Amino acid sequence: MKILICISNVPDTTTKIKFVNNNTAFDIAGVQWIINPWDELALTRALEIKDAQPGIIENITVVNVGLIDSEPTIRKALAIGADAAIRINAEPKDTFFVASQIAEVVRKESFDIVICGIESSDYNGAALGGMLSEMLDLPSVSAVSHLDVVNGAVELKREIDGGQETVATQLPFIAIIQKGIAKDARIPSMRGIMTAKSKPLTAVEPIAADLLTEFVGFDLPKPKAACKKIDPDNVRELVNLLHNEAKLI
Amino acid sequence: MSVLVYTENWDGKFKKVTFELVSYAQEIAKKLGTSVVALSIGNVNDEQLKALGNYGATKVLNVQDDKLKWLNNQAYTSVVAQAVAKENANVIIFAHNNSGKAIASRLSVRLKAGLATGATAVPSSFDPFTVTKKVFTSKALGNIVIKTPVRIITLLQNAFGLIESKVEVAVEAFQPEVKDSELKTVVKEVNKITGKILLTDAEIVVSGGRGMKGPENWGPIEELAALLGAGTACSRPVSDEGWRPHDEHTGQTGKVIAPNLYFACGISGAIQHLGGISGSKCIVAINKDPDAPIFEAADYGIVGDVLKVLPELIAAVKELKAQ
Ligand SMILES: Cc1cc2nc3c(=O)[nH]c(=O)nc-3n(C[C@H](O)[C@H](O)[C@H](O)COP(=O)(O)OP(=O)(O)OC[C@H]3O[C@@H](n4cnc5c(N)ncnc54)[C@H](O)[C@@H]3O)c2cc1C
Ligand SMILES: Nc1ncnc2c1ncn2[C@@H]1O[C@H](COP(=O)(O)O)[C@@H](O)[C@H]1O
Repeated sequence: MKILICISNVPDTTTKIKFVNNNTAFDIAGVQWIINPWDELALTRALEIKDAQPGIIENITVVNVGLIDSEPTIRKALAIGADAAIRINAEPKDTFFVASQIAEVVRKESFDIVICGIESSDYNGAALGGMLSEMLDLPSVSAVSHLDVVNGAVELKREIDGGQETVATQLPFIAIIQKGIAKDARIPSMRGIMTAKSKPLTAVEPIAADLLTEFVGFDLPKPKAACKKIDPDNVRELVNLLHNEAKLI
Repeated sequence: MSVLVYTENWDGKFKKVTFELVSYAQEIAKKLGTSVVALSIGNVNDEQLKALGNYGATKVLNVQDDKLKWLNNQAYTSVVAQAVAKENANVIIFAHNNSGKAIASRLSVRLKAGLATGATAVPSSFDPFTVTKKVFTSKALGNIVIKTPVRIITLLQNAFGLIESKVEVAVEAFQPEVKDSELKTVVKEVNKITGKILLTDAEIVVSGGRGMKGPENWGPIEELAALLGAGTACSRPVSDEGWRPHDEHTGQTGKVIAPNLYFACGISGAIQHLGGISGSKCIVAINKDPDAPIFEAADYGIVGDVLKVLPELIAAVKELKAQ
């Protein structure tokens, strides 16, 4: 089985968000870049299956649409344990554009399972997996919280509002994963970091594709009014405020 | 032209968000001088279907087909695309939840229509078509322009609210073509959590963190929630430890919710947790550490031992309810 994992390169989740150029661009000064948390979990899960059932998964490739500065993040994925990496050399400005690029990779080299995260923690598109599936005319299962391979068949669970479904699918397919898929993301071992240097990281040029959307500006939320502190010995006052002032209970 | 809404039901009843989507669509339709058509897939009775008229839908396309019993991203996309063609829709509205995201993204490619996900308000401009959406896990807002003539939006739940505007509504049976070639995924088993309020639908949520010390202390959280008709939630370590089920985990990597009132009990307020709850209209924090970051996000706060405060809070709410 061959697995492709789409990874996006995003600011560390604790990054203080600021904008520059008259609030039209994200301020990347001093930002630490990481593998999008869900993509890291996807990679972790693929490696868990690979380790638990030797021979089932012959190859795990990661793909990223990004400029050269996303290479440290891609190398990290190789250090964690991916076998190969592809970087499509373009700025990921619009999800339709990014999906078009990854679709081209899948058309050229077939994969049994393509995994995407449910969203990127930067622009929160939450759309790439679905777009990719439609471009490739493949089935997609979204909000996947459990993925396993049992006797050659893929076992999936997906989250629905207020429950969980067990889903069977034909291969190839696209899994759009969310948390639950793996507990903690794997961290690279010393050996992993060393071997990552010799693993293939291929850069390819993008194909022509349309951009359907464009960010034109950003805003920070208005600062919140200060928190009203209530005496712990007078909890009744809280109920009073919630009832009479906020009118919520 | 029309504005099409993808509705969602739960056990035959529309989810609260559906009425919000229709309200939102009505606001857009007014600006565009068109009308709102709702698409319903599944077994929903006539009375429910007609209720969509209370929020401005003038037509409901009612699809009932056994092949569509379970969500299938590919087949559902096809159904929505057929409804778009039939109604000549140029704006299509989904909820920004698991199913909404799954179908909207596929539809975007099928129709080659630009998509704005996680919208927080009606478009700020119609030419160019500009939508405000959450970015950086709600730490900021982005203004995104959709450049195509047909536009798709997923609306963040509870961001817009309900606006009643009663109109005459026509319910029409709709039988789209469902190809077997698009039914490549099959649902084998469903585990529904019954007897609990849907977290994403809850107006009030009572949530506990590691400060609750252990699963044995969740009694007061559940009691307070039951008293207030609230849903229950938790921070990530709490569900990771197995103190609470995974579906209660809120935050950047869990559920994103925006209730009117959120109680954070023994939750530090890490940035990743706030990403899932900062859309709440009012946040109450109970934490023994006066410097806990949750107090920066909170509207009301009590610095104290949550295990002592909760029983008193329950008593005070009971007193209020008895009045
Ligand atoms: C990539 C990534 C994604 C993440 N995603 C999420 C997410 O989606 N959701 C999430 O919640 N977290 C997430 N986290 C984890 C997050 O960083 C925090 O670790 C987590 O939210 C802390 O949970 P907590 O507040 O319950 O526990 P703690 O941080 O341990 O806080 C416990 C709080 O309880 C208080 N307390 C202790 N005892 C008492 C008492 N007796 N009475 C009152 N207060 C008391 C303490 O003062 C403290 O503030 C993520 C982390 C990473 C790195
Ligand atoms: N630039 C990118 N390169 C590769 N994969 C990406 C990229 N952007 C997004 N993805 C994948 O798509 C998922 C959802 O991202 P998005 O739709 O952008 O929120 C991510 O979790 C990744 O798996």
